[in-house]
Amino acid sequence: MAKSLFDKIWDSHCVDTNHSGRSVLYIDRHIIHEVTSAQAFEGLRMALRKPWRKGSILATPDHQVPTTEREQGINAIHDPIARLQVTTLDENCSEYGILKFGLEDNRQGIVHVVGPEQGATLPGMTIVCGDSHTSTHGAFAALAQGIGTSEVEHVLATQCLCQKKPLSMRIWIKGELPQGSTAKDLILYIIGQLGMAGANGHVIEYAGKAINQLSMEGRMTVCNMSIEMGARAGLVAFDEITEAYLRGRPFAPQGPLLQKALKHWQTLKSDMDAIFDQEISISAREVAPHVTWGTSPDQVVPITGCVPDPNALSDTVQQVEYQRAQKYMGLAAGTPLIGIPIDRVFVGSCTNGRIEDIRSVAKLLAGKTIAPNIKEAIVVPGSGLVKAQAEKEGLHTIIRAAGVEWRAPGCSMCNAMNPDHLEPGERCASTSNRNFEGRQGQGGRTHLVSPVMAAAAAIAGHLVDARTVDGF
Amino acid sequence: MNRANIDTDTIMPKQYLKCINKYGYGDWVFDSWRYLDPGDVDIPTSKRRANPKFELNLPKYKGATLLLAQKNFGCGSSREHAVWGLRDYGIKVVICPMFPDIFLNNCFANGLLAIELEQKNVDHLFELAESDTGLSVTIDLSQQQIELANRTIAFEIDESLRQNLLNGLDNISVTLQQSDKIRNFEQHYFKHRPWLKADLK
Repeated sequence: MAKSLFDKIWDSHCVDTNHSGRSVLYIDRHIIHEVTSAQAFEGLRMALRKPWRKGSILATPDHQVPTTEREQGINAIHDPIARLQVTTLDENCSEYGILKFGLEDNRQGIVHVVGPEQGATLPGMTIVCGDSHTSTHGAFAALAQGIGTSEVEHVLATQCLCQKKPLSMRIWIKGELPQGSTAKDLILYIIGQLGMAGANGHVIEYAGKAINQLSMEGRMTVCNMSIEMGARAGLVAFDEITEAYLRGRPFAPQGPLLQKALKHWQTLKSDMDAIFDQEISISAREVAPHVTWGTSPDQVVPITGCVPDPNALSDTVQQVEYQRAQKYMGLAAGTPLIGIPIDRVFVGSCTNGRIEDIRSVAKLLAGKTIAPNIKEAIVVPGSGLVKAQAEKEGLHTIIRAAGVEWRAPGCSMCNAMNPDHLEPGERCASTSNRNFEGRQGQGGRTHLVSPVMAAAAAIAGHLVDARTVDGF
Repeated sequence: MNRANIDTDTIMPKQYLKCINKYGYGDWVFDSWRYLDPGDVDIPTSKRRANPKFELNLPKYKGATLLLAQKNFGCGSSREHAVWGLRDYGIKVVICPMFPDIFLNNCFANGLLAIELEQKNVDHLFELAESDTGLSVTIDLSQQQIELANRTIAFEIDESLRQNLLNGLDNISVTLQQSDKIRNFEQHYFKHRPWLKADLK
């Protein structure tokens, strides 16, 4: 029978399926960070258990990590409770012999940036992490799922996850993205079309020319935000772009093992007549640069659009949501997105903290300075290695010359669990993934955009169509 | 909470995720909606002003053990702290038309019963809950039904999860009963995928 990419990965990891249809799924890679692992290790310890396969685990702190004063090591974290969480990760990793890139390690960074760049994320794998944006790794034709802390403990103890097989969905993206539109715009557009719960219970495979043409960085951006539609995971088939990215990565196979792996990896695509529970088709040509106006990622319009009118909606639940969002965001229906003044700009996160993102920002910022009304603009590389690469290319000099701060790696202002955050009422053009109420700081207002749109907003001092900015 | 898409950032805001305990989150659940002034781990909630308009602060809903919401309750971040907060507050059952997957799993992992009901049944429960008398129900997990004064509403949940809840089983112990199967699987698996066998170090 013809199989989808998802079927292939699922079937090859299924240890057992019980009478009620729940399967025991074997997990190849477990990535952990400080925020969702402490209670899992504690549970393990209380039950006198040990990790099933410690060599499958990769750890790095990212959520609580400050992006300044990092030469001070652990003392850079001033909040004693947050510091304890990071040292607890250190201690758990030492106790159980788990590989960890600590604060002082050049390889430290955001879990979803570090895994792929180390080659710890490989095609055909099942991957879990106690973080919803684990869907990022699906760009490598790996089934990557975000899980809660109890499931982190479960995978530590058993190397397996118990679940019913999710449904499948394929999103065909026909044609090519127009000049000036990025992977971020594509996924924001898709989320706008499907809505916040549009893919609940599904694993999405993204396919079509626009996806094939994306770099691995772009594919990761797309898969990363699958969770914003409720998807269990996002997937992209293996191809030569995947292979080129992985060659030579520290944990990727080499020599004869690579040859063996490649033979398997080349099968990691959906068969011609594979059947999906849902098929959706969109046209890439429709995808203009997008920006969110509200408090959920599906409240999104093209930059040339306006804040929508709730009264035009037929669904009363959604009407209330729109009104609430507009009140929180301090925006009236009908306001054009272009021209909305911005206080802060954030470039970074597991969505857009990779080298390609930083290159696109530096390219637009080159020779310009940010607008005087911008209180702060920061670029936060996704990992120490991304930072080093950017510095090797001199990007940090361009970025600093524009008046933008060049920071150390971490989740930074995406989750605001560290010192980087918005003050009440402040408005931010952000390359992160969530614009929920209070996400970037209590009372903070987030507009999700692509890196180049964030850079453009920094220069203009307000939301603007990056395509119209000098030097684009 | 007659609202759709209530996310876990709202259920348990970021500043409480730095704790390393699994209990004690009840006072912080829905923190930014529940209190009028900002909070943090080291600010006693007794010193903060309650938002009188917030659902859980209305006298009628005080001490509620059932939480009713519109679709996609618990979306967004995978933080289990959101469920720990609901549990520690005293919520035992959450009902909504459709749950996001990670939140649903987190509920069952902590003994919280998450029930998906058809929209029309959810709307009916909202009518009752918002009426003067409020809503009082008995939920029978063994019969999978919600008993109202004059009718019952049947619900379906995954049979394994139901059994685990009814019998108070620990998911890890259940899976570890299959240790031999997992080991056999590994042996076969690594024979065919030798590039995955090496430990990270």
